[in-house]
Amino acid sequence: MLKTFADYFAFQVIGLDAKSRLGEAVDFFVYDTVKIFLLLTTIVYVVAVIRSYFSPERTRRILSHNREYIGNVLAALLGIVTPFCSCSAVPLFIGFVESGIPLGVTFSFLISSPMVNEVALIMLWGLFGWKIALTYVGSGVVVAILAGMAIGRLHMERYVQDYVWEMKVGAAEIQEQSFREKHQYASGYTKELLKKIWPYVVVGIGLGAFIHGYAPEDLLVRYAGRENPLAVQLAVLIGVPLYSNAAGIVPVVQALMGKGLPIGTVLAFMMAVTALSFPEAVILKNVLKTRLLATFFGIVAAAIIIVGYMFNTFL
Amino acid sequence: MKIEVLGTGCAKCKTLYENTKKAVEESGTAAEVLKVEDIPSIMRYGVMSTPALVIDGQVKFSGKVASVVEIMGLLS
Repeated sequence: MLKTFADYFAFQVIGLDAKSRLGEAVDFFVYDTVKIFLLLTTIVYVVAVIRSYFSPERTRRILSHNREYIGNVLAALLGIVTPFCSCSAVPLFIGFVESGIPLGVTFSFLISSPMVNEVALIMLWGLFGWKIALTYVGSGVVVAILAGMAIGRLHMERYVQDYVWEMKVGAAEIQEQSFREKHQYASGYTKELLKKIWPYVVVGIGLGAFIHGYAPEDLLVRYAGRENPLAVQLAVLIGVPLYSNAAGIVPVVQALMGKGLPIGTVLAFMMAVTALSFPEAVILKNVLKTRLLATFFGIVAAAIIIVGYMFNTFL
Repeated sequence: MKIEVLGTGCAKCKTLYENTKKAVEESGTAAEVLKVEDIPSIMRYGVMSTPALVIDGQVKFSGKVASVVEIMGLLS
């Protein structure tokens, strides 16, 4: 049905030739944009309702009963549904470690929360299909579990800023919301999110459509294709300092794949961009000493590289 | 009445602060609105997702930007 609408719009309303490159690009653009926004609106709303049951305060309560290993797995999974904004990373970190959640478990959460979320899932699903979307979510959770466990094994508690351990954390009594309030929260959240990300989505899909219609064989493949054994490291190295949300990065990833880059390399790039960034390092410096901060970045980058190679090898 | 807006200084926190001031003004409530930015004070309330709204020492909500109308509901 969407396809019919896109065809009608591109070939009847605008009157483009269905066989021309421009016609094909416009058709593709209209189809993708409508599809992505339909998916975004419905799924973001549903996830926001689910999210209202998982406040960070409740996540903390769940995790403080679990030790390492099981804790890492739970933390990585809860990271998908718990709302997270990098500006609350500091209070979140302090709240977690103060309530006795092990350091490694806290990191599993901090890694999975920005990297794996509903926007990433929808964008990948809409532009690449559900197989790649689920592959990304699955491998993101695995990276968060493994990197968190590794950090936990290193026993680096003394490299957390000293004041963190002395902080007094109160127990917040946050009132339970009624369903009407949850609905209000969810629709407000959906509107806010769409307002924030729509330019990224439109520009990104536009880029994708352009490539779909025009892109020739590209030299990127020569440098970052399957033949270059260092391609995944290179992609992660470029991705780490960059920051973008999933909405901005997925269309770029699509463009890169359109140019023939292998899936492991582009997914590793996307993970590096969303999970690690320069602004995040600056924020986390408030609670971590340099050594732990560097270890965190190093271990997560290494885990992402390993996952990238596994996909390039097995998919 | 003492209203505190907790937040580390991100854009959302500023919006909540503005909304709160507007809500106080429009409802004609006698209240002072403070912005709390330092981490120890935020943590004392046990809040982990900012922004959050505290009225007379009680956390009303955290991790969202409430509209002027919603905040007016909390004031009465």
